[in-house]
Amino acid sequence: MSNPYAKLPAWADYGLIPLINLIVAFIVAGLVVLLVGENPFRAAVILVEGAFGSGTGLAYTLYYATNFIFTGLAVAVAFHGGLFNIGGEGQAYIAGLGVGVVCLAFDHVLPWWLTFPIAILGAAAVGALWALIPAYLQAKRGSHIVITTIMFNFIAASAMVYMLVDVLKPRGSMAPQTRQFVEGAQLPKLGWFLSEFGLTVRPSAPLNLSFLLALLMAFFVWLLIWRTRLGYEIRTMGFSPKAARYAGISETRIIIVTMLISGALAGMMALNPIMGDQHNVSLDFVSGAGFVGIAVALMGRSHPAGIVPAAILFGMLYQGGAELAFEMPNISRDMIVIIQGLVILFAGALEHMFRPWVQAAFASLSPRTVGVAQPKGERA
Amino acid sequence: MAEAAIELIGIDKSFGTVRANRDINLVIERGTIRGIVGENGAGKSTLMSILYGFYQADSGEIKVGGKPVSIKTPNDAIALGIGMVHQHFMLVQNFTVIENIILGAEDEALLKRSIANARSELERLEREYGLEVDPDAVIEELPVGLQQRVEILKALYRGAEILILDEPTGVLTPAEADHLFRILKQLKDQGKTIVLITHKLREIMAITDTVSVMRQGTVVATRETAKTTVEELAELMVGRRVLLRVEKGEAKPGEVKLAVDNLTVRDSRGVTMVDDVSFDVRGGEIVGIAGVAGNGQSELIEAISGIRKAVSGTVLLDGKPIEVTGQADPGELRDRGLAHVPEDRHYVGLVLAFEENENSILGYHDKTEYLKGPFLDIDAIRADAKQKIEKFDIRPANDRLKTANFSGGNQQKIVLARELEQNPGVLVVGQPTRGVDVGAIEFIHKQLIAMRDRGKAVLLVSVELDEIRSLSDRILVMFDGRIVGERGPDATEGELGLLMAGVERQEAAE
Repeated sequence: MSNPYAKLPAWADYGLIPLINLIVAFIVAGLVVLLVGENPFRAAVILVEGAFGSGTGLAYTLYYATNFIFTGLAVAVAFHGGLFNIGGEGQAYIAGLGVGVVCLAFDHVLPWWLTFPIAILGAAAVGALWALIPAYLQAKRGSHIVITTIMFNFIAASAMVYMLVDVLKPRGSMAPQTRQFVEGAQLPKLGWFLSEFGLTVRPSAPLNLSFLLALLMAFFVWLLIWRTRLGYEIRTMGFSPKAARYAGISETRIIIVTMLISGALAGMMALNPIMGDQHNVSLDFVSGAGFVGIAVALMGRSHPAGIVPAAILFGMLYQGGAELAFEMPNISRDMIVIIQGLVILFAGALEHMFRPWVQAAFASLSPRTVGVAQPKGERA
Repeated sequence: MAEAAIELIGIDKSFGTVRANRDINLVIERGTIRGIVGENGAGKSTLMSILYGFYQADSGEIKVGGKPVSIKTPNDAIALGIGMVHQHFMLVQNFTVIENIILGAEDEALLKRSIANARSELERLEREYGLEVDPDAVIEELPVGLQQRVEILKALYRGAEILILDEPTGVLTPAEADHLFRILKQLKDQGKTIVLITHKLREIMAITDTVSVMRQGTVVATRETAKTTVEELAELMVGRRVLLRVEKGEAKPGEVKLAVDNLTVRDSRGVTMVDDVSFDVRGGEIVGIAGVAGNGQSELIEAISGIRKAVSGTVLLDGKPIEVTGQADPGELRDRGLAHVPEDRHYVGLVLAFEENENSILGYHDKTEYLKGPFLDIDAIRADAKQKIEKFDIRPANDRLKTANFSGGNQQKIVLARELEQNPGVLVVGQPTRGVDVGAIEFIHKQLIAMRDRGKAVLLVSVELDEIRSLSDRILVMFDGRIVGERGPDATEGELGLLMAGVERQEAAE
């Protein structure tokens, strides 16, 4: 009885509705821009050009997107298991320790291509470990994972301040960060790849090898969720814990394994800024990517094929937004956050707002493209 | 002829390509009881949902008391004096009776006065219709029969003149059902109009004045109940002749396959649901457990199949113990040949959001034939699912369709196909035909008998007494967590009904 609407074809479900949501988000954002006395069309042009108009802009966009792919995948995997991992931020932050320790230990000894796999393991292991504790508390003690993962974000933040200020900071340095890594812990940039297409990319543009790792992980997540036994078990648990129990799937095991994978994916996000760009571990290097991951996963419908474009969209908002703040004096950094918030609001939180209308439109336009309604003979 | 309470004229409703209701014309006279029967998917619930304002008809007209009306929401329906008692009760479990009754009909922000008003009104209703319920009892502590009374009171409290009941007796004992029927008759005598949706033809015969049969979205016939027969109605519903009795030969019981000894199970609140129960099931027989819903049958089969932990007792499967009090693993039990068709196929037996083929391996997803290393062997799974679809005549025959889009009967066939095709030695099955249409019931019953005839042990739990009586070789009756009697398949309904109501036991105690 709760779903009186007919089913939509997949392209409308996954393409049209997000597009409508996005357009509405931009219209509302445009009104906000109008309100501060700027021209919304010019703002839109600056935003898009800033993100995609130059090789350097594109490199920045994809660099930010890399962060969001990792954290978006982390949220998505947990979500398939019915778990809401709000702790991506903290898991990524604390995983910076894993990456940092590996880099500090090996950057003088090993070439980057040997340090990288070890650092991946370090990042994944520390991120997973940070997710393990809330997972254990949920599985064994029933402590709600939303609460525990949020709290673990704060613990991670405090722990990192302590580590960076009191342990990892080189003696005599004023900045709360590790020493700069040398070449053995610096990932190759991918700017040259964009240059191949005739784009000019500044050498400082941060797009690096982690982007490919993120895409690889997106593929692995797809493989995991839809093609493996474990993924089947995770999805069963996510849809119906009772059915999982019936099928002999251990709830404890699935919660813990799912959160380990989720934490590991969030942790890998740390590789991108630390090894790929700034070559040190500094305070607050995650800067909200863990939370943006939630919006990315929501918008991407927890499917890697949706998460990657959603991540690029948010990368665009980050990069283009920075340009916008620079170009338009009335638009501050905070305005950009408002625009990002609107996109999250419409694309994520209000995802179903326009669905009934679209469905009604489809049902009246072409009944044949619309699937069979749920039989109404009985109700669960 | 009496004045019409409701007139439906030319009602049409489509969902996508499916025309759930087409050109329905129905006149229900004031002060009568009208039965509406039909298979699942025949459009009964859609029609009633239109009348109650959940959906709007695509075309057609509704008249209540002779006046054309537009019913857009349930509130409109309530304002017109239409009340509905749903199959699945719409009660807040941890509220009291009176809180549930005023829910949505509170007079003001503070509840005190509303509750006081409701209390006196409730007393009047209870007196008038013999609907006794303690107004301060908490819903979750009431037996199902009383919860249903609360639903009826809720509708009457809102001034219902026309009462729609959707499958009201599914959860009741024969005695409770009789009581309900007495209440309905009383309501009728007071001039209320009652619409009874059911698939139980005997109830139709027992209580209604007229009956309308729906098939494939249309009303195919309306009869005066006194002038029709069960056979005629069944034929009208299905569109062909149906076998109402199950044909089966003599049972040939073999060795004990499942032995339950002194089993005690408590629910999550610590209430003893299964109290020191012992029985055996042999190969080649169907043992039926009769009882009113909520007397421990669910917990019993959950404990046996490893889903719920028991407090004490032993269960032997082929002579070897099942760790019912410890970490029994449903997956391991499947390997040992115990299959389980759970009572709740929506949330336990199936994952409705999965494709059909994904559900056809649920619980058996560990089997090597469905796997390639850690990966699912999708081709093998789909081939296997297609085979089962063919063999069990699951419709539509599409293994990629989302399970939620199958009808109740076909969903149940998906579960049965999965469990039976593993060729288990013991089958534990709960409510195999709940919410399943007549045609599928026949099929499912035949499958269960075939299991028995292949020498398998079948433990059947059902609240449908007819089903228990026609399938079982031995009938155990459960009341209040205990087995209060064992009877043969020839036991009369009255005899079983008394046992189910716990009458014999109470007498013995006095």
